[in-house]
Amino acid sequence: MKVHRSKLKAQSFGMILLLLTAFCLLAPSTTAGQKWPGVDESVIEKVAKEHGKEARQPFINTDQGDLLLFVFLLAGAVGGFIGGYYWRALTGKRGKEETQKKNG
Amino acid sequence: MKKSGMFRTQTLRVAVVLPLLTAYGLLLTVSDADAMHISEGILPFHWAAFWSILSVPFVAYGLYRLGRLSAVDLSFKPLVGLMAAVVFIISCMPIPVPTAGSCSHPCGTAISGILVGPAISIVVAAVALLIQALFLAHGGLSTWGANLISMGVMGSFAGFLTFKALRSMKINMAVSGFMAGLLADWATYFTTSIELASGIKGDSPFMPLLWKILIAFIPTQLPLGILEGAMTAGMIVLLYKKRPDLLVKMKVLKAEEAG
Repeated sequence: MKVHRSKLKAQSFGMILLLLTAFCLLAPSTTAGQKWPGVDESVIEKVAKEHGKEARQPFINTDQGDLLLFVFLLAGAVGGFIGGYYWRALTGKRGKEETQKKNG
Repeated sequence: MKKSGMFRTQTLRVAVVLPLLTAYGLLLTVSDADAMHISEGILPFHWAAFWSILSVPFVAYGLYRLGRLSAVDLSFKPLVGLMAAVVFIISCMPIPVPTAGSCSHPCGTAISGILVGPAISIVVAAVALLIQALFLAHGGLSTWGANLISMGVMGSFAGFLTFKALRSMKINMAVSGFMAGLLADWATYFTTSIELASGIKGDSPFMPLLWKILIAFIPTQLPLGILEGAMTAGMIVLLYKKRPDLLVKMKVLKAEEAG
């Protein structure tokens, strides 16, 4: 039973990973030639440009080649670690007990 | 001893898998600086200053509330830490919307507004927006106040008030969470439209420009709002199953509802 559940978990995890990859990588190719602009580009900056306002470069411009990929990777890893750590602190058995003890 | 070992294995699993999955998701979706907040330099100086000054009392009150609640209840800090991570990750993750052919992101401020209260949720959003503006070419320092008012203030209050109102009408928790997420997302983009229209209108009339921006947002934000609603409902239900006592403590639930 335990083995079956862990197998199911692994399969679900694999499926999520596969779907995420497929959605993000294959979806743009189905609309060949189109990119996926953010609404900042397709709405905010477009309308602002029509009214004579253009976006400036950010003060620290990380939008340079693969530097942005690295920064997003770092942000995702650090954010994910912090989220996971606190989730565990809140929902883990020891976390619950420690919180109860600290609060008396 | 065995339990402690199991705990360590599970902690390790969470500590390794979650960051990797998050980083993987962010990497797959990032292609350019597809920011969804108002970019640097879009708003004229006086409007940027106005939104920044307007956001100051909200941040100050949020910091005051955070200090007070953390001093009284130690379990509050991990919850705020979790919310900070959730808002940061969610609000910088561009999600492709195939029906619109563009990307946008949910805000995450509905869930934080419900769980830690709107005042502290604003502080959480302020920090997330500052890091994004500084290092991720996402939003801007001059437009930080405007983005904070739309995502932090409007998103948090819309989510919190919707949830409270629906719960007071005895509506199911998942449905209340869904509606809170949906309306918080739409309120954020409605406010962004007002900020943008008032900032760039020049001599043009305000209302037609506001409608134009709102209509342009609809194809992307309509499905994204539904996604944000589902995420908010999912997180509340998950916390209800794992820590109903925490929801009672945060006044999300009444003690008798927690069973």
